[in-house]
Amino acid sequence: MTDAPARLSDAAIRRQMLAEFWFYFRQNRGAVIGLWVFLVLVFVAVFAQVIAPHDPTQQYRDALLVPPVWQGEGQARFLLGTDAVGRDMLSRLIYGAQYSLFIGIVVVAIALIGGIFVGLLAGFYGGWVDTVIMRVMDVILAFPSLLLALVLVAVLGPGLTNAMIAIAIVYQPHFARLTRAAVMGEKEREYVTAAKVAGAGKLRLMFKTILPNCLAPLIVQATLSFSSAVLDSAALGFLGMGAQPPASEWGTMLAEAREFILRAWWVVTLPGLAILISVLAINLMGDGLRDALDPKLKRS
Amino acid sequence: MIRFILGKLLYLVPTFIGITIIAFGFVRILPGDPVLLMAGERGITPERHAELSALLGFDRPIWVQYFDFLGRLFQGDLGNSLVTKKPVMTEFLTLFPATVELGLVAILLATLIGVPVGVLAAIKRGSVFDQVSMTAALVGFSMPIFWWGLLLIIFFSGMLGWTPVSGRIGLLYYFPDVTGFMLIDSLLSGQKGAFASALWHLILPSIVLATIPLAVIARQTRSAMLEVMGEDYVRTARAKGMSQTRVVGVHALRNAMIPVITTIGLQIGVLMAGAILTETIFSWPGIGKWMIDSISRRDYPVVQSGLLLIAGLVMLVNLLVDLTYGLINPRIRHK
Repeated sequence: MTDAPARLSDAAIRRQMLAEFWFYFRQNRGAVIGLWVFLVLVFVAVFAQVIAPHDPTQQYRDALLVPPVWQGEGQARFLLGTDAVGRDMLSRLIYGAQYSLFIGIVVVAIALIGGIFVGLLAGFYGGWVDTVIMRVMDVILAFPSLLLALVLVAVLGPGLTNAMIAIAIVYQPHFARLTRAAVMGEKEREYVTAAKVAGAGKLRLMFKTILPNCLAPLIVQATLSFSSAVLDSAALGFLGMGAQPPASEWGTMLAEAREFILRAWWVVTLPGLAILISVLAINLMGDGLRDALDPKLKRS
Repeated sequence: MIRFILGKLLYLVPTFIGITIIAFGFVRILPGDPVLLMAGERGITPERHAELSALLGFDRPIWVQYFDFLGRLFQGDLGNSLVTKKPVMTEFLTLFPATVELGLVAILLATLIGVPVGVLAAIKRGSVFDQVSMTAALVGFSMPIFWWGLLLIIFFSGMLGWTPVSGRIGLLYYFPDVTGFMLIDSLLSGQKGAFASALWHLILPSIVLATIPLAVIARQTRSAMLEVMGEDYVRTARAKGMSQTRVVGVHALRNAMIPVITTIGLQIGVLMAGAILTETIFSWPGIGKWMIDSISRRDYPVVQSGLLLIAGLVMLVNLLVDLTYGLINPRIRHK
């Protein structure tokens, strides 16, 4: 950090940065709505056991394909109706939020950590290290992401864990590229040279000096990847390659509901709506983050 | 320009080698014995196992196998499907036009709607139209298209009975495969109603496939236009007293189109991923459905070659986009 005219403590600077960030984030109404929806989603996921009226796997054999409560044959105990084997839709949707958030967090964490590490190496060392790493990333990017994830899952075996690993591998090059570009921009700056002269080791230079200044684009990309991860894992679930039944993952629920599309609209409509709303909320947030973190767009 | 093209081509060689290694390695890193996997649940005698291993070359060193694979690849030999026993290349070429037809119509739809919407939204920045269209674009961008497809089927096929649920053309029509493109072939056949049937079958899948590219193109066009509208040359054009249409249509749009064209080109990967889902939902006999079916049938030669062909295709289109970019924008060419 360069010296500020009036010396502020680190904590004060951080507070000021946060306040500035919040000021710009708040300007974007969509982003604030997205944030609220996302917080509700987190709340629902965390307190699923308390909120859900039924066990998501409990099958009520006397109540198969019961429509939502506002339709003629609806029952008050199943607010959003039941599916083909008599499981409560509302409870399954609530528990589904856990899957989506968990998938998003795990995928982004793996992709982010892997991408940052690889990107730092490539950007910091340059030369053949850079060439080799970036060519490997190019190869991964040459495949359509869903296709590569599908094939990876086919290799690893269908299931939630493998689906998450596959999606993370596919997303990782985006983070590597961003990190590399940011590192290359930063590493010739004076503060880095100053740290080098002061005797900072390579690891310290990479992780403590340069990395914190490259975070803004990574945060924006992480949000975007979070929503893509929710979408792609749902797509894998829909294709039978993600979470396996009876898991109440939204994509898997859709796959199970497919044969009833013309008979029971609610089993198809509701899980998809849940996916759409969560992805939309995260994308709205991502737009706001970009506005708040990207100084170039801020002024325009 | 020639140096530019050669440079781009040379740059692709390592990527292409990487793709072949992944496609080749895919069958080898599978847990278990590929021959046993191919034999399926019926099991296999040790003699037959040895015979098959020798036939498929699994008994030789891995690098020999790889170069053998490369050698056959350059002769256009991609092996045979384990299920249909037909050459993979033949199957690919039969199914490919269906995907291309769907993809072309989708990207056309996305461009023809997305670009005007983006331009209008930029000109009328902050207006109701801008807000509504950009909200719609964000919804489209966030859309789980497999669900979107099901919704459209429920509404247009189930409730209204307007559109067919699956396939490329009605069962009543039969005509020879000339180009592989159903719209063209049905016209060539001269059968009454064939073209309309093909068109009706194409509508829903192409809308579904176009959704995400449409949203991306509209957003990208808007931001490119906004950026360009603030440039000095646009102000100069206005100062010279040119009409709004001319300023927007000629001076701004032309320059804004450069990043938009790149965006459109880069949608090929999105389209291929979307094709997997769209073709599955609408039983569209193309490459996406072929890949999904082969993965679930464990038809490894098909998966391996399909992966290679699709990645090669994406690479080729990206190269073309790069080259067009260089053609339009001399600054890139001479960098």
